[in-house]
Amino acid sequence: MEKTKYQELVNELSPNSKIISNTLKAFLIGGLFSIGGQFILNTFKSAGIAQDSAATYTSIVLIFIGVLLTGLGLYQRIGKFAGAGSAVPITGFANAVASPAIEFKKEGHIMGVGARMFILAGPVIVFGTFTSMIVGVFYYFSKGGLL
Amino acid sequence: MAKRLGEQTIKIDNPVSIINTASVVGPKEGQGPLARYFDVVLDDILHGCESWEKAESKIVETALNKVIEKADLSSRDIDIIIAGDLLDQNTGSTFGVMHLNRPFWGIFSACSNIGQAMSIGALTIDSGAAEKIIAGASSHFCSAEKQFRTPLELGNQRAPTSTWTVTGSGCTILSNSQDGPFITHATVGKIVDFGVVDAANMGAAMAPAAADTIAAHFRDTRREPSYYDLIITGDLGYIGRELAFRLMGDKGYQLDDTYTDCGIKIFDKAKQDTHSGGSGCACSAVTFAGYLFNALKEQTLNKILFVPTGALLSPTSSQQGQSIPGIAHAVAIENTR
Amino acid sequence: MEYMKAFLVGGLICVIAQILVDKTKMTMPKILVSFVVIGCILSAVGLYQPLVDFGGAGATVPLPGFGHILARGVMNEIDEAGFMGIFTGAFKAMAGGVAAAVVFSYIASLIFNPKEPKQKK
Repeated sequence: MEKTKYQELVNELSPNSKIISNTLKAFLIGGLFSIGGQFILNTFKSAGIAQDSAATYTSIVLIFIGVLLTGLGLYQRIGKFAGAGSAVPITGFANAVASPAIEFKKEGHIMGVGARMFILAGPVIVFGTFTSMIVGVFYYFSKGGLL
Repeated sequence: MAKRLGEQTIKIDNPVSIINTASVVGPKEGQGPLARYFDVVLDDILHGCESWEKAESKIVETALNKVIEKADLSSRDIDIIIAGDLLDQNTGSTFGVMHLNRPFWGIFSACSNIGQAMSIGALTIDSGAAEKIIAGASSHFCSAEKQFRTPLELGNQRAPTSTWTVTGSGCTILSNSQDGPFITHATVGKIVDFGVVDAANMGAAMAPAAADTIAAHFRDTRREPSYYDLIITGDLGYIGRELAFRLMGDKGYQLDDTYTDCGIKIFDKAKQDTHSGGSGCACSAVTFAGYLFNALKEQTLNKILFVPTGALLSPTSSQQGQSIPGIAHAVAIENTR
Repeated sequence: MEYMKAFLVGGLICVIAQILVDKTKMTMPKILVSFVVIGCILSAVGLYQPLVDFGGAGATVPLPGFGHILARGVMNEIDEAGFMGIFTGAFKAMAGGVAAAVVFSYIASLIFNPKEPKQKK
């Protein structure tokens, strides 16, 4: 059998993900995390904290929740159910930082936890920073009328 | 002395008997359909250790001690231990074998390790260079996930094509004894790559290698599939088993229900949430050491072709975009010679 | 109503990611990086702020919101600090979240041990 024909056979015999139910679950959990975020944000704002600071505090609280659920082994179960619904919210970012930190603690504080904490979340920071710097360059020079 | 048949098969000439086996498995395998065939079912997947890797080595040590005890031998009676696992630099095996202080060959052909270990062991005994050899293999779900995939606490979904790494160690003692079952042939697998890149579909990556080795075995020995009571691959799972079945048909060998896979046998798909089935070095090793050896001894099976399968990837080869080559080593095991 | 909008927008962003996972075999890290980059670019061209105005936390809690915060942070910093803002803006904007993730995760690694996935009995 040729390789291309084999790949077709593999595709035919491999079951697809249950996309409808996966999507509904992602919608539900992703939406619930957002409602939680909105509630926390409103609570900070009603306590008289300015919009920008309230937004940052909200992120910090959500990250705390994400890390705590990871440590308790619950985020893994939520993720199994929700897929992208729990990976895309900022709690998923917290999960991506906390899970290698916990997993690699046996390799020590320095080369284990310290060095490996960002094996999953690092790329988000690298490419986020890179893109925003490009945005900054365009913004700076266009402001000066150069572009 | 052993002699070559055809391109890939070695016929074992002097009697090489499997005198005993031992299997140690984790809690999940202990809830599966083969539970009653295992010697030790652990309650604790850490086996009292502080890391997954240390636990895997302790499981290896437990299995080695168990098989020596079951055969009523002492460790000094063992001439050579041959073992392999999936962890970097084979530490799962070496740190477990070390305490027995016996001559050791560490091997690697991924999850087909037990097939390679039994083949090398059989040849060494056939040559007269050793009387008793332990051939074994091990894997651990958590250490494999940590090394090959993602941290266990990461909230992600497993693809429906994925398989579940078996936690455990299976060991066999090979000897020049006159009591069966005997290893009669070993077919050495070639590395076969059909271009599968999806690391969540290992069965598909390995099925072409399994079909290649099984077909070579029939070609070299001039045997037909119907010669065997059971043909069983190592860890192709449901999807890989179906693919290997179709590939064999394509090569002109029509298999039937006597062809199955250890990854199908070891877990209950409906109850255990294992998707396409079991995988890992221990999948074939404990299925043989537990279920298959028992069936051979009770003579419910008399002639089997045992074909452990391995996926020869590393996280690095995968990240560099290389496809996943497979390998399979076939061992013919028969109650009469 | 505010909560309904947050639910809707946050849910829909996750749905896009889920469809990419199931339909294109794109890996989750790739999708997350793409989302941050896309959020950053949309924010720069002024398309993300309207989504935040409509969806509130529904637009800021998912990862494109992180990209939005970075882009906005860089632009605000350039307004205040000039050229230097190109370099300092992104890290200043993410400082609170990343520092929280680092510190909480380190503490978590001291308290918790890796666990095998829970078995269905």
